Amino acid sequence: MDADALRAELRSFIAANFLFADEATVVDSASLLASGVIDSTGAMELISHLEGLLGAAFADEDLVADHFDSVDRMIAFSAPYLQ
Amino acid sequence: MCGFVGKARIGAGGSPPSPELLARMVGTLRHRGPEGFGRYRDHRIGLAHARLALVDLSSGDQPLADPDGEWWIVFNGELFNHHQLRRELRAAGWRFATTSDTEVVVQSFRAWGTDCFRRFNGQWAMALWNRAEERLVLSRDPVGICPLYVHEGHGSVTFASEVKALLADPDVPRGIDPHGIDQTCTYWGALAPTTPFAGISELPPGTWREYRRGSRSDGVHWAPAFPPSVPSWTGSLETATEELRHRLTAASELRITSADVPVGAYLSGGLDSSLIAMLGHRASRGRLQTFSLRFADAEFDEGGFQHRLASMLDSAHHEVVVDRQDIAEVFPEVVRHTERPVLRTAAAPMFLLSREVRRAGIKAVLTGEGADEMLAGYDLFREARIRAFWARRPGSTVRPLLFDRIYPYLAGLSGRAKGMAQSFWKVGLDLAGQPGFSHDPRWRSTRAALSRCYAPGFAEHLATSPAPGPLGRLPADFSSWEPLAQAQFLEITTLLSPYLLSSQGDRQLLGNGVEGRFPFLDPDVMALCHTLPPSFKLRGLDEKHILKRVGRGLVPDEILTRTKQPYRSPDAVCFVGPAAPSYVAEMLSVDAVAAAGVFEPAAVGALHVKMRALAADERGGTPSNADNMAFTGILSTQLMFHEFLAGPVPRTAPEPAFSVDVDHSTTTPGPTNGR
Repeated sequence: MDADALRAELRSFIAANFLFADEATVVDSASLLASGVIDSTGAMELISHLEGLLGAAFADEDLVADHFDSVDRMIAFSAPYLQ
Repeated sequence: MCGFVGKARIGAGGSPPSPELLARMVGTLRHRGPEGFGRYRDHRIGLAHARLALVDLSSGDQPLADPDGEWWIVFNGELFNHHQLRRELRAAGWRFATTSDTEVVVQSFRAWGTDCFRRFNGQWAMALWNRAEERLVLSRDPVGICPLYVHEGHGSVTFASEVKALLADPDVPRGIDPHGIDQTCTYWGALAPTTPFAGISELPPGTWREYRRGSRSDGVHWAPAFPPSVPSWTGSLETATEELRHRLTAASELRITSADVPVGAYLSGGLDSSLIAMLGHRASRGRLQTFSLRFADAEFDEGGFQHRLASMLDSAHHEVVVDRQDIAEVFPEVVRHTERPVLRTAAAPMFLLSREVRRAGIKAVLTGEGADEMLAGYDLFREARIRAFWARRPGSTVRPLLFDRIYPYLAGLSGRAKGMAQSFWKVGLDLAGQPGFSHDPRWRSTRAALSRCYAPGFAEHLATSPAPGPLGRLPADFSSWEPLAQAQFLEITTLLSPYLLSSQGDRQLLGNGVEGRFPFLDPDVMALCHTLPPSFKLRGLDEKHILKRVGRGLVPDEILTRTKQPYRSPDAVCFVGPAAPSYVAEMLSVDAVAAAGVFEPAAVGALHVKMRALAADERGGTPSNADNMAFTGILSTQLMFHEFLAGPVPRTAPEPAFSVDVDHSTTTPGPTNGR
């Protein structure tokens, strides 16, 4: 999977599971936590989905908001896992 | 408690409401007062009353006139200090024809005018009418234990204990007020005077209103106030503990002994209700009856602590065991009583509990409601204190570790994995010191969870005309209060009054003809609590510190030291899965959701699919807080719309039989004999 495909997957997942709206409403740079749409359970859903997409299990020290708070941040964090 | 309705001509001309309209309106309130109906009419007004008899069982029928026939009253609630006021009034020369507390209310008003409300220790909603002077006075108790709704239009003012009674009048419009819905989707309740219904307002708690020949005046008789707006407690923690114990004891005794029927007690298993049940037990003449909710889901159940206390009190103990199916089945009836959306199902078990109370022959119960607001029991207060501490050094990684103390599950997370959870509370840290800092995470996340599903047209309406919030109408000296006091004020005015005492309180109690009595909301108790320094209430992170001291020797140590468990019940999971009632799919269908116009059918469909998938997942996932609130809020909005606004005609009730029926509509105005 490349970065563009991952971005598309994440946008679609966020739209379908958190916003219940069209993908067009997902803003890649927007903070998901600040929007209030994602709470601690939501964060877990999102992280396990990303782990599934990448076939990875993130280390504890990587589980910080800086890595998952927006689509852009997740793409950046995922770079080492992408082909 | 009881229910009442009324309609008065406030403009020139016109005619009073017909006897039939009054019967139809008050007939919708039969659940609040199944023990007798009364009606009064003259050339300007019609009043009707549904009675739940607790005091003066023989002569307390309403509407009631003063002995000189000047003022008529319909009254819902209790005046706990009526004996004392009666003595004062008698000494000043006022006469009494009955032993009813309602007559004390009307004579107090004649003696002291609207200042009388400050002298009342009670819970009430009322309407007073002077025929000769054409004056109508409405009033509600300090925190809003008893409800009162108003519609003005067509030269009339129409008022009632519940919205459904107003909607029985064809002159009252039937539509949604987006502000009331949006407030409910943010604060859990609409903020008075706003309601979820267009054209219908709620008389705010702690206020009165007078209509007099076309003019209207409003006044406040109570509002929460904290130091330095009121004097601060200057004594020690020990003397404050003694004083609080004394006042709580007096408040509980008053609420037991002022009824002419036995009063029971709710037992949740926590400190507040345990303490109140113990004080009630000591004041009771007979054996106390106690009532508890049990949950089939072990996660929510507190049976062990309840049994411990019930056996200590040797009470006649009743339990209602509630499972998910019970909640799903009764939920439409619960929403018929809340008359507003709810974001949790917690009101449903409360309805099932009051039904058990009524079955046991009890008509009034003491509860511990109000302790968490008056003495800072909620996690929100502790969370706000940690966030304020963190905000002084937002870069600190040590300060947020304090969250482990209030949310023990965090301590189980290893290393920096906590960072993810902590970031939730970091949002809005820059608001430290500003009004609303304490409540910002809750309000923001709640509204986000619900508003993501708003229909575009509904969202646009709110974007151009935003719902008013609590921060726009704070007391002038609010910013001079301690941060904890500010948070308490917001909690009292935005959650206790509009949600806990209403959707989860009055409506679920009176839905089965049971009255709640709340010693922590006694005016003397509240006044003391508000003067106490923050450190007496929240000592470090120890919540309700002073109350634990009050409880020493009164309730078992294991209840004093146990971890506080918030009252919760299963939410969205009740409505999905194989046993889901058929109404759920009907209410969430594309057509039904589109008809209400609040939520977007596609979004609702996606959420429903997600919840059903979760229920079908054998690994047993749990919905997130955001999804739970959204699902329950949407379903209840749909039920509310369907029940009250979708059909052509409101539900009709059987014709009430009136034991009091006074018709002065054709006689000359002027003081007359009351009966």
